[in-house]
Amino acid sequence: MFESPIREPLITGRKTYRKITDDLVAPILGPASWKWYVTTAFTAGVMFAGFGAIAYTLWVGIGTWGLNKTVGWAFDITNFVFWIGIGHAGTLISAILLLFRQRWRMAINRAAEAMTIFAVICAGLFPIIHMGRPWLAFWFLPLPNTHGSLWVNFNSPLLWDVFAISTYFTISLLFWYTGLIPDLAMVRDRAKPGSFAHAVYSLLSFGWTGSAKQWQRFEAVSLVLAGLSTPLVLSVHSIVSFDFATSILPGWHTTIFPPYFVAGAIFSGFGMVLTLMIITREVLDLKDYITLEHIDAMAKVTLATGMMVGFAYATEFFIAWYSGSYWERYIFLNRAFGPYWWSYWAMVSCNLFIPQVFWFKKLRRSPWFVFIISIFVNIGMWFERFVIIVTSLHRDFLASSWRMYAPTWVEVTIFVGTFGLFLTLYLLFARYLPVIAAAETKSILKTSGDQYAGLAWEAYQAQKRQGSVSPALQPAMDADTPKS
Amino acid sequence: MPKYLIGLYDDEDKLLAAVETFRKEHVPIHEVCTPFPVHGLDHALHLKKSRLPDAAFVYGALGTLTALSMQIYMYTIDWPVNIGGKSNLPFPSFIPITFELTVLFAGVLMFLSYLFVNRLYPGRKALIYDPRQTDDAMVIAISDERAWDTARSLFQKTGAIEAKIVER
Repeated sequence: MFESPIREPLITGRKTYRKITDDLVAPILGPASWKWYVTTAFTAGVMFAGFGAIAYTLWVGIGTWGLNKTVGWAFDITNFVFWIGIGHAGTLISAILLLFRQRWRMAINRAAEAMTIFAVICAGLFPIIHMGRPWLAFWFLPLPNTHGSLWVNFNSPLLWDVFAISTYFTISLLFWYTGLIPDLAMVRDRAKPGSFAHAVYSLLSFGWTGSAKQWQRFEAVSLVLAGLSTPLVLSVHSIVSFDFATSILPGWHTTIFPPYFVAGAIFSGFGMVLTLMIITREVLDLKDYITLEHIDAMAKVTLATGMMVGFAYATEFFIAWYSGSYWERYIFLNRAFGPYWWSYWAMVSCNLFIPQVFWFKKLRRSPWFVFIISIFVNIGMWFERFVIIVTSLHRDFLASSWRMYAPTWVEVTIFVGTFGLFLTLYLLFARYLPVIAAAETKSILKTSGDQYAGLAWEAYQAQKRQGSVSPALQPAMDADTPKS
Repeated sequence: MPKYLIGLYDDEDKLLAAVETFRKEHVPIHEVCTPFPVHGLDHALHLKKSRLPDAAFVYGALGTLTALSMQIYMYTIDWPVNIGGKSNLPFPSFIPITFELTVLFAGVLMFLSYLFVNRLYPGRKALIYDPRQTDDAMVIAISDERAWDTARSLFQKTGAIEAKIVER
């Protein structure tokens, strides 16, 4: 339906170009409400609690965590994979949907890309903390050194991760900023000349004027960065899955991991985008831009990727049985019916069963209902990583070394602290930067605004009711009639 | 300070038609500024295709070469480590980093080239003919004073909402 020439509008409220500018600049240059200050103070407090727990870990040592000789990494790597996955929706929306010319992405790409960047920051914290001596993190780089010039191990997926995550962060940041420059210029020209805001936005917008040549280059760069980001986003989570898949542990050593992880990442990312966008559209009053149409489309993606993940769970079980490997079979039975059965079934219910409600259009178009389901998706995808990591480790090759794992308050505080960090960054973003890509939204106004697309659509619906459609609206009829 | 005659338009279709008219009448257009990318404007102005994508390919190739030569030098030539007799030239293991550095070089260098050719940098003063050019109006600027009289009548004819002389 989204490729039809005349379709339901993506921007409602009879917007004009000026109205779009007004709507997006008002929350930036106007005063923030007391609610923003209270919320930001709270999330910043949570963030500092997390930083405190990180400082405690570094001061006392990794012994403050619940890890033991058998389960050597658990909560930190779970959180790392969880946060990296959250980021993937942003790149999918901005890059892959750009290549597929999906116009509905334009209302949500800015915020989703911002979430990518913030999520990667949260993710990057965990491997660095787990080193125990984060000041030696530069040992991961291929630098000349005094250890007999012993280089880094290029056979190790952990090293590939270093390159993948840092490239992902850099490219996402550049892609995001490329799109921001014209919108920052828009804010600059609305600010009072000579004011502090004008000075800051002048500095940030790099002297953008919007000349024809600048826009031509802008579009060339956006397209190439989208083309680069598309394989990049698939590679990042594939490489994250290699951390497990290249090992020899039952439950990890499977070839299905890369596609399974990528689908899961997009699933969890859309879960988080839905959670935050439903709040953002409510708080910043952007319901004309992030319409029910958008929530509907995102819910469909969530349903599709959720079922891919569910299919991967089934495949894993089938292959465990079909392989005839005794250990492989045991580890999967242990996942579902062993001491961590509750985490396995939390994962399956949140990721596979609960999103099935999105088959119903009415439910997909009810924002608060979708919001609640998106929370379940977030929880389910966190449990997926916990299940993969902990259940494969806790019963290893010698029965005498079987152990249980439970996180300590330090680990939990660090994890909750990263939510504080993520939300604080998001709140600052929503306050000081345009949350919707203004220039791109303006460029689709005449094809997707309700006073244009909507009128033709309404006219067509009215004529159809009367039984005679004028030739001018024929394209709409072609698009409306399903091809058999 | 140079003076410009500017015309403001509130509709991209009118703007495109106006650009065509100006070209037909041989009125030299100094610059066209729009608040959003207008499709077909680069064709109407006969702008040359951007070579940034070609540059990105070269940058990417540079990244591929850098990554491969770095890994082969470090792992195979400079300090080959015997890990259980495994190969010192494990080509498949080199692929992920080679891919990542290809993307990194292409993306970062292309972004920097983009800023460079557009002369965009922090602290640059923007040449704004009218504050509405980043908001809701499209601006055609004429710098050649000899063409102003023709231009003024063309602005009127092509439906400009406003025409004025600005000093920038």
